[in-house]
Amino acid sequence: MFKIAKENLAALFRMIAKNQELYLPVRTAGQVNFAAWSEDAKVDLDTLKSVKSPKDAFFPQSEGLYTVKKEGKKMKVEPENLKDQPFVVFGMKACDVKGLEVLDRVFLSDPVDTFYAARRDHGTVVALACHEPEETCFCKVFGVDAAEGAADVAAWMIEDELYWKPLTEKGDLLTETVKELLSEADEGKVEEEKEAIHRITERLPYMNLSLEGWNGDALSEKFDDPRWEELYKPCLACGTCTFVCPTCQCYDIKDYDTGRGVSRYRCWDSCMYSDFTMMAHGNNRTSQMQRFRQRFMHKLVYYPANNDGMYSCVGCGRCVEKCPAALNIVKVVKAFQNQGGEN
Amino acid sequence: MQELKDRARELLADGTVKRVLGWKIGDLPYNPEPAYFETEESLKDFVYNGFCGANLSKYMIEASKLDGKTMVCLKPCDTYSFNQLMKEHRVDREKAYIAGVGCKGKLDIEKIRKQGIKAIERIEGAGICDEAETLKIQTVYGEKTCAYADAMLERCHVCKGKEHKIYDELIGESKETADADRFDEVAAIEAMSPEEKFAFFQKELSKCIRCNACRNVCPACSCRKCVFDSTKFDSSQKANVDSFEEKMFHIIRAFHVAGRCTDCGECSRVCPQGIPLHLFNRKFIKDINELYGEYQAGEDTGAKAPLTDYTFEDAEPSIVGKRG
Repeated sequence: MFKIAKENLAALFRMIAKNQELYLPVRTAGQVNFAAWSEDAKVDLDTLKSVKSPKDAFFPQSEGLYTVKKEGKKMKVEPENLKDQPFVVFGMKACDVKGLEVLDRVFLSDPVDTFYAARRDHGTVVALACHEPEETCFCKVFGVDAAEGAADVAAWMIEDELYWKPLTEKGDLLTETVKELLSEADEGKVEEEKEAIHRITERLPYMNLSLEGWNGDALSEKFDDPRWEELYKPCLACGTCTFVCPTCQCYDIKDYDTGRGVSRYRCWDSCMYSDFTMMAHGNNRTSQMQRFRQRFMHKLVYYPANNDGMYSCVGCGRCVEKCPAALNIVKVVKAFQNQGGEN
Repeated sequence: MQELKDRARELLADGTVKRVLGWKIGDLPYNPEPAYFETEESLKDFVYNGFCGANLSKYMIEASKLDGKTMVCLKPCDTYSFNQLMKEHRVDREKAYIAGVGCKGKLDIEKIRKQGIKAIERIEGAGICDEAETLKIQTVYGEKTCAYADAMLERCHVCKGKEHKIYDELIGESKETADADRFDEVAAIEAMSPEEKFAFFQKELSKCIRCNACRNVCPACSCRKCVFDSTKFDSSQKANVDSFEEKMFHIIRAFHVAGRCTDCGECSRVCPQGIPLHLFNRKFIKDINELYGEYQAGEDTGAKAPLTDYTFEDAEPSIVGKRG
């Protein structure tokens, strides 16, 4: 266990960024999102949740796959380079770290997504404990401990000091590169902080949400439930919930006509969109009810069915905060328990 | 609120309406959701308070296709949208029973969060009959207060007034909440140099995540199929590409709703990244006012819109006009 004074964090970031890219929460035009560190970036470690999850660092919202160029009578295919340089993501919360586990099971299982795998190989994650969790948080429901992220390095901001604990080999390597700024510390204060966080988590309204009945075997029962016909109605069919989510992993692949060739790219897709999974025969989900149902069935039924019961929601609560129609996964779960409407 | 609930119950009971379109109580103190109530019993979850900011006019496009009338709760500013939708033949007046509900300014949970208030357990003072000027907010981290006016949505600070422009009956009192000039923000941007303007909008719009919430909530964006959803349209569409959001999407959308946008402010309310999208629309409104005379979309259903009504006296503000 190490520590560093808060006032020296700028030096820490500078030192990390000297050798590799560093992504961390930055405030731009009033909002906090993960972005590359620079000398004038307004680093914000106090805001609990970035608007978008840090998933972009490993699975960017849009990325090029390859370009096809015309050269005389021939076509030349130029694949996009895979990530080959190390980088650090600092300040991920425990829920977002768990989100990576969800993405890993999708992208690192056969056939492996090489773009994602290269980023996972080269990325080191420093998790920052949630000093003050909020009412929209429900990470505990998914076995996440807000007080300690299961990352390469776990960190805690306690008063004027950042505590730093490497947990993996990658974490040790990163620690070595910044060791001159760190000093040895004992675990006492961190233990107190963890307990304080746990006490707060107990008081938050969503933390003890019951997921009873939601599992990989509940397919027909949940799919055919008439409640979806009511639940979806306020949905605006926008993609907010899917684009702020740390675990949504669906993407679309498209070609862009550059004039002299074709640029093939992929970009996040949203099951809320009308052209989601559009195929030659048309679309297999023709109504917003079906699209709405898809999102929650995927998180709480289909994904667990394929992944040893693991849910693909991590309880970050971004959808709770951001849905323009005040819908969210918690309300859906509660509606199935007949708990809707309580305040 | 009780009066509104009672009226809803009566109208359902006597068969005047088949359903009520209002808000259902949330599971947090600030997240009621738009909802339909079809039975008297279901009205137990009906709520109307400071957090019912959603403009329900657009939901009436779908409700107009249903059997029988829908009682829809519209705040004064929402009625402009309803009128505009009627003008565009997107909603059916005969299918709506409009309850013009009172409004004393709607609250923005983001503004409360911006003040550092978090882990909210209870909020007092957000009730519609509440005269409180201060919200008392109980949080896990202690009791906080926040002035009602400081927690109001941007649009309420430039409120168009207490008057409902269309209704079948009025329920509840409204309060004047305007305390700023509607065009101040636009004027401040107009005063910037072109470089400053570009930097301002680039910074704001590069936050865009292409969730389309602004478009989907917008009562003026009522096309059955949006060009940006077409699979045949060769643009980046849902791909998040800075240059597209910064230079194309929002500006195309602003042009498309120009002269039809009532300035209901829903685009800015729903933007997850807090982009002040209303500024584009308001710039168009300011220009229309200056070039064609004062015009408020949704004021009525009869007047011809300046941008779709040709006269020989029309201003020619474009380069074409200058060339003669």
